[in-house]
Amino acid sequence: MNKNQSTKWNLDPAPESAGHVQLKTQYELFINGKWEKPNSGKYFDSINPANEEKLASVAHADETDVDKAVKAARHAYENVWSKLSGKERGKYLFRIARLIQEKAREFAVIETLDGGKSIRESRDIDVPLAANHFFYYAGWADKLEYAFPNRPVKSLGVAGQIIPWNFPLLMAAWKIAPALAAGNTVVLKPSETTSLTALKLAELIEESGLPAGVVNIVTGYGDTGSAIVNHPDINKIAFTGSTNVGKMIQKAIAGTDKKLTLELGGKSANIIFEDAPIDQAVEGIVNGIFFNQGHVCCAGSRLFVQEGVAETVIQKLKDRMDTLYVGDPMDKNTDIGAINSKKQLETISKYIQIGIQDGNEIYQSNCALPDKGYFCKPTLFIDVAQSSQLVQEEIFGPVLTIQTFRTVDEVIQKANNTPFGLAAGVWTDKGSKIFNLTSKLRAGVVWANTYNKFDPTSPFGGYKESGFGREGGLHGLEAYLG
Amino acid sequence: MSTKQKDIQIPDFRFTPTIDKVGVEERVARIQTRSIKGESKIQGMKMVLNMIDLTTLEGKDTPGKVKQMCYKAQHLHEAYPDCPTVAAVCVYPSMVKIAKEALGNSNVKVASVSTAFPSGQAPREVKIMDTKFAVEQGADEIDMVISRGKFLSGEYNFVFDEIAAIKEACGKARLKVILETGELVTLDNVRKASEIAMYAGADFIKTSTGKIQPAATMQVTYVMLMAIKDYFNKTGIMIGMKPAGGISTSKLALHNLLMVKETLGENWLDNHWFRFGASSLANDVLMQLMKSKTGVYQSGDYFSLD
Repeated sequence: MNKNQSTKWNLDPAPESAGHVQLKTQYELFINGKWEKPNSGKYFDSINPANEEKLASVAHADETDVDKAVKAARHAYENVWSKLSGKERGKYLFRIARLIQEKAREFAVIETLDGGKSIRESRDIDVPLAANHFFYYAGWADKLEYAFPNRPVKSLGVAGQIIPWNFPLLMAAWKIAPALAAGNTVVLKPSETTSLTALKLAELIEESGLPAGVVNIVTGYGDTGSAIVNHPDINKIAFTGSTNVGKMIQKAIAGTDKKLTLELGGKSANIIFEDAPIDQAVEGIVNGIFFNQGHVCCAGSRLFVQEGVAETVIQKLKDRMDTLYVGDPMDKNTDIGAINSKKQLETISKYIQIGIQDGNEIYQSNCALPDKGYFCKPTLFIDVAQSSQLVQEEIFGPVLTIQTFRTVDEVIQKANNTPFGLAAGVWTDKGSKIFNLTSKLRAGVVWANTYNKFDPTSPFGGYKESGFGREGGLHGLEAYLG
Repeated sequence: MSTKQKDIQIPDFRFTPTIDKVGVEERVARIQTRSIKGESKIQGMKMVLNMIDLTTLEGKDTPGKVKQMCYKAQHLHEAYPDCPTVAAVCVYPSMVKIAKEALGNSNVKVASVSTAFPSGQAPREVKIMDTKFAVEQGADEIDMVISRGKFLSGEYNFVFDEIAAIKEACGKARLKVILETGELVTLDNVRKASEIAMYAGADFIKTSTGKIQPAATMQVTYVMLMAIKDYFNKTGIMIGMKPAGGISTSKLALHNLLMVKETLGENWLDNHWFRFGASSLANDVLMQLMKSKTGVYQSGDYFSLD
């Protein structure tokens, strides 16, 4: 009874359960350890981008609310936090890290519901890394004078922090953990499309017993961020987001005493040499551009392939793209989830249209997209010119441009020929080639034979219009010390 | 060399594609986070059963033991209706005739190891005789081992020629070439040996004898699957894959199947192109199948040991 089994074998849905998640219908502002209604009385909706359903109402903070938050942070800084020993500060941070681990599943599910990223990534990357950042900086809190010997180490005061929607919880951890370890207090604003995990973090911070006012979380739109940037009693602004907003912030604080770090956009080059391990490089290309739907500032969005292997690499890349699961972010098998917002989907679609109109060869995976929600097929543009808008501008979506090159010098020139300089990838079997390129590529991070790897101990940041200052590692700590 | 391969240009095996171990581990880890549930799990497990080469390769094998295994090959678990048979039984050459008789007219194939299995430390004439004997006894498939010592000392032509000679001795029997990856150590070597075997005429490439650890790790199988894919893209010829040794759980087997689907595609999800070399896998899969039917796990005593 030998059956011919070569029929279709498709995986059944494997949805992660959301039953254990506790979400309120309405979220207030977290100021001075209390949940405060917004001065304006206004709320906005947080939407699940995978099905366009409303998850919760979130308070919209105005200048008055921000002022209240800054005053609370100042009061906590002067009277409590700056007087605490590093060891005590460290204890709080360790506690927060452990609580994130305990609630990891809930955080992962909310991150996916609110932001559209696949549950696999929220569960395996965002949440564990967020906890690791708290663990890492907790360890430094009582060792600042060893971290930076032969100089006085002094905290700055109140830090205003504005974070983007691509890694909501992780970015909050990147910002809050080093600020607190160094002895500062914080007013943080998450993005309007992804406020929920920051608000859950506020609940967790409340539970941790952190003194009131040390961390304040104000939700809202650009006007809320602007109120933080322009508040006279803030000592430092840390911003992660678009290059345009970064420029506005830098203008706004010119002439003030405020310190600034900016982590902005990117258009990073991923370079494949002929002698690279090709199959693994193809995985690296996929991970470089399709990780988090391409909503990654350091996404490897410009692919450079040496001519001898270009045909092979492109064919293998297409084959691999067809095996990616695109769809419901809550399904454990989903590789590529939903685009974060309608607005972002429109931006990406606009660029895809430009690419088609310019007459570039396009390839999109042959997957079906869900009827509801904001989804985009993984997309390649092949043989795109360096002067094309697709190569010049950050798309922030699952869209990859492919260019070929002949020599090392040529690829270095082209890789550096961009206003950005956040990251780069180099794929080759030859170590000397890697070291040659890492010293010549003007990018804050260069990955060799891998891509999109993050670790709390490793500094991250950009050249040129990708910003300045570093986050992560000792460099990230230094940004919060005077 | 077989006719189908006449026109194919043989590459220089010193320059096979390089493999990055870390990258392979990451890729495999991604496949292992996949969740196979519901109907797809049941369908997958039935496919697994149907792809098993039920194996006994021991010095103490007897006709009685082999006959019992052959019965099991056709009747895996009477308590489960519509249970598929395994693909083949795998035995030493001296047991081929007994197995062939025991299996009668069933579709279950008889595979025989040969070429001085498992070490392969014998002259080529002996290996050819060993193979011819197994084929004469009725073997449908021959599982040969490569000369790992020659391979490691860089004598790729020797290894190539030996495989080609055995292929000739096989006649109509399909040839599986065992690389014994545990002795090749690096993934670069696994890739190289896979290419040598395919270009020399293998119908299947197989990871291990089951006598050496590590055997069929998912990393090794992944590298071999990608080699098969590249060979297919170059020549249009499909080559089968057989991971053997160390796959004893249903979950691991299902992840292997998913890996085949995500690399070679659905065309390979058939026992003509993919096999598991295993002795204890069948019972674990049967236990899971019964669990999906009854909702409870039964003790090992409810599944026959053959």
